[in-house]
Amino acid sequence: MKTPSETSGDPHPPGADLLPAAFRRWFAEKGWQPRAHQLSLLEKARDGKSVLLIAPTGAGKTLAGFMPSLTELAERGRKKPGTAFQGVHTLYISPLKALAVDIERNLMKPVGEMGLPVTIETRTGDTPQGKRQRQKLSPPDILLTTPEQLALLIANTEAERFFADLRYVVFDELHSLVTSKRGHLLALGLARLRRLAPNMQAIGLSATVADPLDLRKWLVSQAEGEAAADVVVAPGGARPLITILQSEDRIPWSGHVARYAIPAVYEEIRTHKTTLIFVNTRSQAELVFQELWTVNDDSLPIALHHGSLDAGQRRKVEAAMAENKLRAVVATSTLDLGIDWGDVDLVIHVGAPKGASRLAQRIGRANHRMDEPSRAILVPANRFEVLECQAALDANYINAQDTPPSGDGALDVLAQHVLGMACAEPFSGDALFDEVRSALPYADLPRETFDRVLDFAATGGYALRSYDRYAKIRQRPDGLWRVANPQTAQQYRLNIGTIVEMPMLNVRMVRKNKLGSLGRGGPVLGKIEEYFLEGLTQGDTFLFGGKVLRFEGIRENEALASQAFSMDPKIPAYAGGKFPLSTYLAEGVRGLLADSSEWHRLPDQVRDWLEIQHEVSVLPRRDQMLIETFPRGSRFFMVAYPFEGRLAHQTLGMLLTRRLDRMGARPLGFVATDYSLGVWGLDDMGEMIAARKLDLQALFDEDMLGDDLEAWLDESFMLKRTFRNCAVIAGLIERRHPGQEKTGRQVTVSADLIYDVLRSHEPDHILLQATRQEAAAGLLDIQRLGAMLRRIRGHILHRPLDRVSPLAVPILLEIGKEPVAGNASESLLAEAAEDLIRDAMQA
Amino acid sequence: MARLALAGMETEEIGASVTTVAGVDFVCDPMGALYCEADGLLVVSDLHLEKGAAFARRGQLLPPYDTHATLKILARVMDRYRPKLVVSLGDNFHDRVGSALMPADCRALIGDMARGRDWIWITGNHDPDGVIGLPGTVAESLAFAGLTFRHEPVKGAEKGEIAGHLHPAATLRRREKSVRRPCFATDGDRLIMPSFGVTTGGLDLAHVAFRGLFDRTRLIAHMIGKERVYPVSYEGLKG
Repeated sequence: MKTPSETSGDPHPPGADLLPAAFRRWFAEKGWQPRAHQLSLLEKARDGKSVLLIAPTGAGKTLAGFMPSLTELAERGRKKPGTAFQGVHTLYISPLKALAVDIERNLMKPVGEMGLPVTIETRTGDTPQGKRQRQKLSPPDILLTTPEQLALLIANTEAERFFADLRYVVFDELHSLVTSKRGHLLALGLARLRRLAPNMQAIGLSATVADPLDLRKWLVSQAEGEAAADVVVAPGGARPLITILQSEDRIPWSGHVARYAIPAVYEEIRTHKTTLIFVNTRSQAELVFQELWTVNDDSLPIALHHGSLDAGQRRKVEAAMAENKLRAVVATSTLDLGIDWGDVDLVIHVGAPKGASRLAQRIGRANHRMDEPSRAILVPANRFEVLECQAALDANYINAQDTPPSGDGALDVLAQHVLGMACAEPFSGDALFDEVRSALPYADLPRETFDRVLDFAATGGYALRSYDRYAKIRQRPDGLWRVANPQTAQQYRLNIGTIVEMPMLNVRMVRKNKLGSLGRGGPVLGKIEEYFLEGLTQGDTFLFGGKVLRFEGIRENEALASQAFSMDPKIPAYAGGKFPLSTYLAEGVRGLLADSSEWHRLPDQVRDWLEIQHEVSVLPRRDQMLIETFPRGSRFFMVAYPFEGRLAHQTLGMLLTRRLDRMGARPLGFVATDYSLGVWGLDDMGEMIAARKLDLQALFDEDMLGDDLEAWLDESFMLKRTFRNCAVIAGLIERRHPGQEKTGRQVTVSADLIYDVLRSHEPDHILLQATRQEAAAGLLDIQRLGAMLRRIRGHILHRPLDRVSPLAVPILLEIGKEPVAGNASESLLAEAAEDLIRDAMQA
Repeated sequence: MARLALAGMETEEIGASVTTVAGVDFVCDPMGALYCEADGLLVVSDLHLEKGAAFARRGQLLPPYDTHATLKILARVMDRYRPKLVVSLGDNFHDRVGSALMPADCRALIGDMARGRDWIWITGNHDPDGVIGLPGTVAESLAFAGLTFRHEPVKGAEKGEIAGHLHPAATLRRREKSVRRPCFATDGDRLIMPSFGVTTGGLDLAHVAFRGLFDRTRLIAHMIGKERVYPVSYEGLKG
């Protein structure tokens, strides 16, 4: 809990009389004042309203969120022994387990000091079975939990009783909860809570967001006539002091490691008490950590923290952090969100922050005292990132944070929820449909789609109706749907949740004995994605957990590795954590490029870079998209600069090469970054444009999102991974089966094959529809691409050049770094077969 | 999937590769079947029919199309070679009750295919009781043309063993890239068949389960590509 303001002023601020005596006494004893937003929220809640509280980190947000519950519970008094069952009064939902635990600790303190008759408990995946059972029989007044636990609770046959007395549900970090499939499941859970406890009010706590209306609507029913939740905005604290790292060293043209900046970063660590260093991916974390230790002449305690490391290892780092024993921690998003960690006095962000809200969140970490400014340094890894950092910096000052829209509710999530609701109690299709539509992400769900999802949950939803006898839920003569057998409920509980991990293997450290054979039983260092390990052969070295390891092989379900003494490891090519450039920052970067009067704020070398670009080519206006064409080597290049993020550019690249091929331009390949897209081919595309053989307006027409997209999607390998996620979430493929652990390996293999079979036999199946929908929204970023194509219509600026321009250099440097998929694998096979034939002929 | 697509194509060009096991010549077909011209013998293994239904019985409603898809590929192979004898090397069905509960239309497809030829159903660990209500003969193993056909390979077995069970797949590495495909694995004395069922996965040849089965210096992985089978020596896989 963040402490309220210590300023003394008016002893009776408006609304203070809403506070019970115990609260007023407590504030007075501490010499504190309740803050205006805390009282305002209390007042609105007393009026029976759901409320969204927008407050920067450190503004006493959590106490405010619990104020309505605590005051009401204080007035209610302690439950007398022997009285009837009393359900849970307040539910608190946080995105992170650790946050729930943290809040419990912090909430207990004032509750104890005020002597309030309130019981507070947590319930997470770590809560022992015995305690969970007890909580069901005798719920605490306030239950602190996670979205997954909520889903389990409402799917329980006792849910009605458990939640009958529910008054408040508090969503912490709401802005980060609503955007994913996890948010969709949570929205459905909230809809169910509204039905179980019609008088319940929702309270959302959120960091500053650009458009709070979505969050206000999210909190309430979408039924006609419902007003969005009220909003209370807490005043912002001191502005953070953010700078871009000043380095004498040359800023690279491309890449993501920022090796050049390591000495400067180290210098900052030396001159601060505790520094948090954030990076965007786990492989970056490993690299930065290793680089810092190579210059760590003072042997400062610098630690590493990312999601693949063994949990015990992570807990150790967190504990050392809380005790202020560390000088620096290199971390990925696992350390994100509002948890306090000791006295951090500096945040360094390596690489581009990608989204302004993410940056604010991470900087908020540095300092939870509102009145002191946070200190942060941005370290761009390449020249475009300098522009992005500058744009992010501008965004932070104007406080216009962006969060991705919550999007249409995913159908796989709905399928999971439908099954859960059948586990709770028999339901009528009509009633559940209305309930589901009351959740914001599903407000526009057509009945026909709902019925297909219901059919899927029941029998798999196949056109070939051969599974009716194996149905998981059945419609009885009374018209209500019920689970067919107890196993279904058990299966549901084991497979709940929307977070699907890539298949991972434990990495176990082993020692080689004198004979060269491997010993057993070293420590487990953490987990690595299976696909990465499969690409390794014995003897390959890689960086993990801050060590260079030598891969020894896979034994059963573990990867074995020994200590390596190589200094030049292969780097784990982790899939996770690559965020695309956010729309808001993209706009900022385009603005910065277009406005040379702003360039004085950029480092000299970056300014020079743009000035030369201005001389030899052109810098597009804010509303324009620049296309440059030039020859290089034996190839001809076309580089476009949409600044719409890597995902949208990749999709654009796929579609453009198809079209160029059809127009006879003979493209050979493309490469995409967050900022630009480069296509190369055998023909001079610049000349074709000049000769009007290639029409740029037609090439970039929005209609590429029609048939071309469909055709490409059908053969795209990207859909397989998306399908696997959907299939797991929808319950088609189980993570775990009662009595048997399924390894990740088995799940992947079958998901791909099942996708092939389903696609060839029932391409319109609801799960394939869900897969395409998700791919379009996520992996392919179709919406953003569509908006971009509309934006640039009539604003394409073509500049034919004799040679590469300064702006095009970064993307050309990326060529060859990206793996090539598709037909390349067949030629690899043919080549190997020829080797065999050649060897045979020699013998 | 390559084999599914291939089964739907009209092409008559067969990108098979040839091999010899204990003196008997075979072709490895890209559909995943092994054919001996001299004896009119077609071998398939690990069909795992009714796998979807087997999962559905346990509450996991996988698509019910796998049997149709597998049989469609098999029918294509039958048309191509018109064998006198078909040997299905075990794990013909994914579970014990699979053959008894198989829908009538699938049963009829097998009936059509079996007409005018002999069919031997070797039993596997998934279907130890054999098949019920289907044409052909059930056997634990078969000795034929100097070869032994059984489901699970036996270490130290006599030369000329044709087995399945392990679902071999090979990983080829070249220039930082790798390709993994199901394969026929043979060292000239023994051959292990790839799995034929469309929803069956593979086990890498480097896995400990293959240890002691092959002379690795002579081991060749006949890897199943899109339209062809590519023979690659075990040593050559690493590149």
